[in-house]
Amino acid sequence: MSSRDFVHQLGGEHGLSSSRLSTRLHLDWLLLVSLALVCTSGLVVLYSGADGNMKLVWRQAAYMGLGTLSMVLLAQIEPATYRRWALPVYLGGVALLVATLFAGADAKGAQRWLQIPGVGVRLQPSEIMKIAVPMMVGAYLSRRPLPPSPKHLAGALLICLIPALLIFRQPDLGTAILIAASGLFVIFLAGLSWKWIAGFVALVATAAPLFWFYVMHDYQKQRVLTFLDPSKDPLGAGWNIIQSETAIGSGGLWGKGWLLGTQSHLDFLPESHTDFIIAVLAEEFGYVGVLALLAGYLLIIGRGLYMAATAQDTFCRVVAGALTLTFFVYVLVNMGMVSGLLPVVGVPLPLISYGGTSILTLLSAFGVIMSLHTHRRMLGY
Amino acid sequence: MHEIKDPQRERRIFAARTIVSALVVLICFAVLIWRYGVLQLEKHTVYQTLSDKNRMQLQSVPPTRGLILDRNGHLLADNQPNFSLAIVRENVQDMDALLEMLKELVELEDDDIASFRKRLKQRRRPYEGVILRSRLTDEEIARVAVNKHRLKGVDVQAELIRSYPYGPLFAHAVGYVGRINERELARLDPADYDGTHYIGKTGIERRYEDLLHGEAGFQTVEKDARMHILRVLEKTPPRPGQDLRLTLDVRLQQVAEKALDGRRGAVVAIDPRNGEILALVSQPAFDPNWFVTGISTQRYSELRDSLDLPLFNRAARGRYPPGSTIKPIIALAGLDSGVVTPEYRIWDPGWYQLENDERFYRDWKAGGHGWVDFKSSIAESCDVYFYDLAFRLGVDRMSHYLSMFGFGRDMTADVIDASRGILPTREWKRAVRGRPWYPGDSLNMGIGQGFMVATPIQLAVATAVIANQGKWVVPHLLKQAGDTPWMPEEVPPPVDVKNPWTWSHVIGAMAEVMHGRHGTARRAARGAPYRMAGKTGTAQVVGIPQGEKYDADELAERLRDHALFVGFAPLENPQVAVAVVVENGGGGSTTAAPVARKLFDAVVLGAGDEPNDALADRGRP
Repeated sequence: MSSRDFVHQLGGEHGLSSSRLSTRLHLDWLLLVSLALVCTSGLVVLYSGADGNMKLVWRQAAYMGLGTLSMVLLAQIEPATYRRWALPVYLGGVALLVATLFAGADAKGAQRWLQIPGVGVRLQPSEIMKIAVPMMVGAYLSRRPLPPSPKHLAGALLICLIPALLIFRQPDLGTAILIAASGLFVIFLAGLSWKWIAGFVALVATAAPLFWFYVMHDYQKQRVLTFLDPSKDPLGAGWNIIQSETAIGSGGLWGKGWLLGTQSHLDFLPESHTDFIIAVLAEEFGYVGVLALLAGYLLIIGRGLYMAATAQDTFCRVVAGALTLTFFVYVLVNMGMVSGLLPVVGVPLPLISYGGTSILTLLSAFGVIMSLHTHRRMLGY
Repeated sequence: MHEIKDPQRERRIFAARTIVSALVVLICFAVLIWRYGVLQLEKHTVYQTLSDKNRMQLQSVPPTRGLILDRNGHLLADNQPNFSLAIVRENVQDMDALLEMLKELVELEDDDIASFRKRLKQRRRPYEGVILRSRLTDEEIARVAVNKHRLKGVDVQAELIRSYPYGPLFAHAVGYVGRINERELARLDPADYDGTHYIGKTGIERRYEDLLHGEAGFQTVEKDARMHILRVLEKTPPRPGQDLRLTLDVRLQQVAEKALDGRRGAVVAIDPRNGEILALVSQPAFDPNWFVTGISTQRYSELRDSLDLPLFNRAARGRYPPGSTIKPIIALAGLDSGVVTPEYRIWDPGWYQLENDERFYRDWKAGGHGWVDFKSSIAESCDVYFYDLAFRLGVDRMSHYLSMFGFGRDMTADVIDASRGILPTREWKRAVRGRPWYPGDSLNMGIGQGFMVATPIQLAVATAVIANQGKWVVPHLLKQAGDTPWMPEEVPPPVDVKNPWTWSHVIGAMAEVMHGRHGTARRAARGAPYRMAGKTGTAQVVGIPQGEKYDADELAERLRDHALFVGFAPLENPQVAVAVVVENGGGGSTTAAPVARKLFDAVVLGAGDEPNDALADRGRP
């Protein structure tokens, strides 16, 4: 059985059932519909999480529109163009990250924003890197024979780690992890041998204590300690976890009903419209609501992986696959941290949490995936 | 590139890796599904209870503070509705920005913000509002209400706060309440003071804090999404504080204040029949209302640094040499111990000298009083007679008799922080001064100078005991708490004398002070339709407060003698005993005795204006 046959079985032949319009616009209807579903339910939950603040909901919707526009535009660009521009965009992003460290605007003690002088626009360079890093690693590796040799592996790792470390210094542990992960996924999908993976895991295990003592900030350590035992500090750092678990658990099977979540509306739940919004959904729509959202996410991720698998060349495949898997990590880390499975790192729930930049980046990433999937050369490779 | 790319192989690898990834995704999703299942299905009941606990709140219901009334039911301390701005810290993201915004809506001084930030650091329950400013005007309340949507975490709270309708008149006697500070918080029962923001700081407010405060109640409330109370599920009502009726009399207090006429000093009036303190005035005073919601730093330092010490309760804590006002007690000691008889006479040449001592102890009257007997020694306040008496009595007997009249002790039941004064003894001098007692010390003590100091309350109490012919009463301010009349715990033993006529000699001599041809206070008693007894006194000012700058005139004024007077009236059935101290007033007969006369008239004749205020008798039924 050829690999092509395998792909056929996984998702059906591209273009066979979809409309002509989608082919011409380089869009993927199934992905588009599932994204729209999740986004819409996101606005509904946000209205409740933001305590009925319509202004936030409108802003979020506007960003979704902008994101969709960006998605459609990015889907039109040829994969070859992405490949050519990967290096300059990556280098530019790194330069912006460095600039942010030195001249960034403060927000809650972290420098994540770069104020562009004279324009009044604030830029979050780490967002660009969420797409630029996997693209750069993909461009770098796909030119080399795969699976990558140790030398090329080192090069690829360097590409991941430079921006990740810069973002970690801001400090923004959550984004740093996500960006490192997006690059590592490319390496993984490119065929990094299992021996290397096992060695890497062993290295992380030994490096973790060093990381703890020499690199992590106190508040980051505090988050990990609180994660290990939230009841130790129930009114301080453990408060968030205890309250979010209470919100989720009290939702039960069917939930308390929209806008009726007492945890979120009585301000017991912190960050109820941003990082902890899943607790609002779980409280008001119950387990059923959580399952429905997970189904939506699964549809997006499954479709993304399928589109990656059926893309035309290695660059397209690894980049599309890595972007999809990064999206998956968002979901996993956020839902895991809010439910007490993982330590609290600042990762939003994709497409649901309030935050224009995040929405914009995510939808743009799906535009890239669509482009990588739908553009194909008529002849072989 | 040395190696050649193999697209087929790459495709194969990718397909395999995709399958692995998909599996990992599925496993992770399964874990999430399991985790949310545990929380939402398995442990649902546990979290439901936790969530209810969040929603249902146990609130304390603060009790209403008891009122304070004078003996005739005039309100001395009242509770008035007040609106204050409170901030729930947990609901505020950017405190500085919020305060900036509030500055535009309500008047906020740096002082308000500074003390707010201090209170913010105090221990409190989560989601409990912290007061930023009190006494909002209607306009300010409206401005805050209009901007409510921009002011997350800001709340206008209604509460009752203390108000003192008579202002400075009872500042020292009744005292004031103020916000609970960190130190008080540490010793208070948190359950009882949860929801109470004020506590008695001085005077009656502090002394009877437990009675005035009452007991907090509790209620379990269910709240809706907007934190409004939906319903009260369970309620234990608070027990309001008790209304206190004091022995003080607004009318007498006003008479005393008016009689002092703006001079520094103190007046204490006691009913000798039962120990009720009728008037307790210390001048100058301050407006206690300033302290209730927090006095501004500037105003406070003005009060604190004022040369006239308005914050100082002279009546209870002012320590003055009693001067000649203790002569009746020394005379009584002389009679009772047989050192002198009523007929015993001395020749006063204007000075007195001890054997082997070159020093002259002078009489206040330069040429001397000539022949002086028991009665005229008191009536004319002859110093030489008392030098002789004191020398022969000795310090031990003088101390003993003075102590029986309450000197050197705090005999009051409920005057807060009352000073004990100093009643010198041999032991005292050795311990404090490190020197033996010299005969000259006794001479000074015999005329109320030297080491001995006493408070106006002590002088008034001793005078009441004389008026009672030795029977003791406990001086007190509380007449009735709620419906319970005040009762003394223990009455000190009476001053026993060997011969009952001793009293009539002493009191007779004190009447001679007021009504005799040579009585030192005869001018003050002139024209009175009743008879009275008294004794004038003059206390030398030993030092002046340190580290202060004076101009020459003021210095001279502040170095003048203190004028003192003690007395009671009417002579036959005493109704009031009075002690008056006028600082730097000169002679006791000219400035202190007329003040006492006005009080005597007010009690005996009912003179003086009825307190004319709209607030009178507004107490609870």
